[in-house]
Amino acid sequence: MPSSPARRARTTRRLRASRQPGSRRERPPSRALPVALVLAALTLITVDRATGDDSPLEPVRAGAETVLGPVQQGLSAAGRPFAAAGRFVTTVDGLRDDNARLARRNDVLRARLAATKTARARLAQYDALDEVAKGARLDTVEARVVAVGPAQSFNRTVTIGAGTRQGVRPDMTVLDADGLVGRVLRAGPTTATVLLVVDADSVVGGRLGSTAELGFLRGDGDLSDEGRLTMTTLDSTARPKVGDTVVTWGSRRGIPYLAGVPIGTVESAQATARDSSATVSVRPFVDFSSLDVVSVVTSAPRARATASGASSAGSGG
Amino acid sequence: MRALQVVGTFLLVVLVVCLQLGPFSHLALQGVVPDLALLVVVAAAIARGPSYASVLGFLAGLTLDLAPPVDHTTGRWALALAVVGYLAGQVRDDADHSAVAAALTVAAGSFIGTSLFALSGLLLQDPGVSVAVAVQVVPLAVLYDLALTPLVLPLALAFFARMQPLALRW
Repeated sequence: MPSSPARRARTTRRLRASRQPGSRRERPPSRALPVALVLAALTLITVDRATGDDSPLEPVRAGAETVLGPVQQGLSAAGRPFAAAGRFVTTVDGLRDDNARLARRNDVLRARLAATKTARARLAQYDALDEVAKGARLDTVEARVVAVGPAQSFNRTVTIGAGTRQGVRPDMTVLDADGLVGRVLRAGPTTATVLLVVDADSVVGGRLGSTAELGFLRGDGDLSDEGRLTMTTLDSTARPKVGDTVVTWGSRRGIPYLAGVPIGTVESAQATARDSSATVSVRPFVDFSSLDVVSVVTSAPRARATASGASSAGSGG
Repeated sequence: MRALQVVGTFLLVVLVVCLQLGPFSHLALQGVVPDLALLVVVAAAIARGPSYASVLGFLAGLTLDLAPPVDHTTGRWALALAVVGYLAGQVRDDADHSAVAAALTVAAGSFIGTSLFALSGLLLQDPGVSVAVAVQVVPLAVLYDLALTPLVLPLALAFFARMQPLALRW
């Protein structure tokens, strides 16, 4: 089939254009590629979802922790100026927040005082048995928060700058000076991922300070600074008092949660008519929007073991 | 040389994701952080077109899915950012010629990306994802991404322009 010169010229031009690296219209964008990528993403989602904890992607995630953790650590040191910039950005909310924080602080201290009074008698009995309640004999690893999961990802998780080399293992309890922060989800060599108690996926066994009532605290997934925990008491007729302190119930070996760590104060307790149980809102002691230095409790089992000579029951559950 | 560029681009993605999760978390408003990875994907779409950008979006999303401390079903950001890269690439001829159009592309990309991610979470019933939370997060994310566009987009465009003479052919 003879081709006209004009047509040939057009073809050459097109060919030349397509060879020119800087050129815009190289080739028509292929439809197959994006479709393939979407399918690949859907496959990943399905595989990860269907296999749950045994997901083949879990080792990949651990690998990412190993590789990216140190990068985040390095950037964290370099990123200190950002913290100052961040404070500047949030100045608008800052004063209101400060006010709220101080008011909260006041509440917390008052609540702690009240809880201390009522609990002191009981604690005196436990003190001899339960080293953990006093916070004694705990080996902890201090670490800085080096990365925070963004709200866009709908998780409340942070990376801390301590890992298996420092003795951090999954399910260990993480605290700061104010109270319970969360538990270790995954540990890399030098960093670890911590699930905050305000994450929607987090469940913590809690005990009311004054009545020793047990219950479970769930994060509400609120990504702002006003995260609250919702407590459901095991005894549905229990009516927790506003201002009561909630501490961790704890498990036998302190894994995942150590017993007796302060979590927060009861902010409101509303009875739900339907199933006669109460919806208890707990305000955490820890300010999750400004986490910096945290401690990972690394020796809970050992502490329990030495204490269990005196106590066989402990306060575990 | 081409391998070097692949490595360079990959390092950029890793750096951007780590910056987003690390230092930039100090700039969080209600937990929302500027989505640097998304801005880079949009820049790639403007500089290189939909095919390149969707691949880069997939990789950047996958990094964001796997990087600590993020913990959700893997592939959700990969899906969202691949789609954003492809769609932004479709309008790149407009986005390349005016700053307003580029900003609009970022806004649309940010809206689509964050919404897609939230939507996939809703469908999978991932913990923490609810319509109420998404309605708060998505507009804030769009505004924050827009606010950072004048700073980040030119830098990212310059990076991809530098790579241009030895363009990768995906």
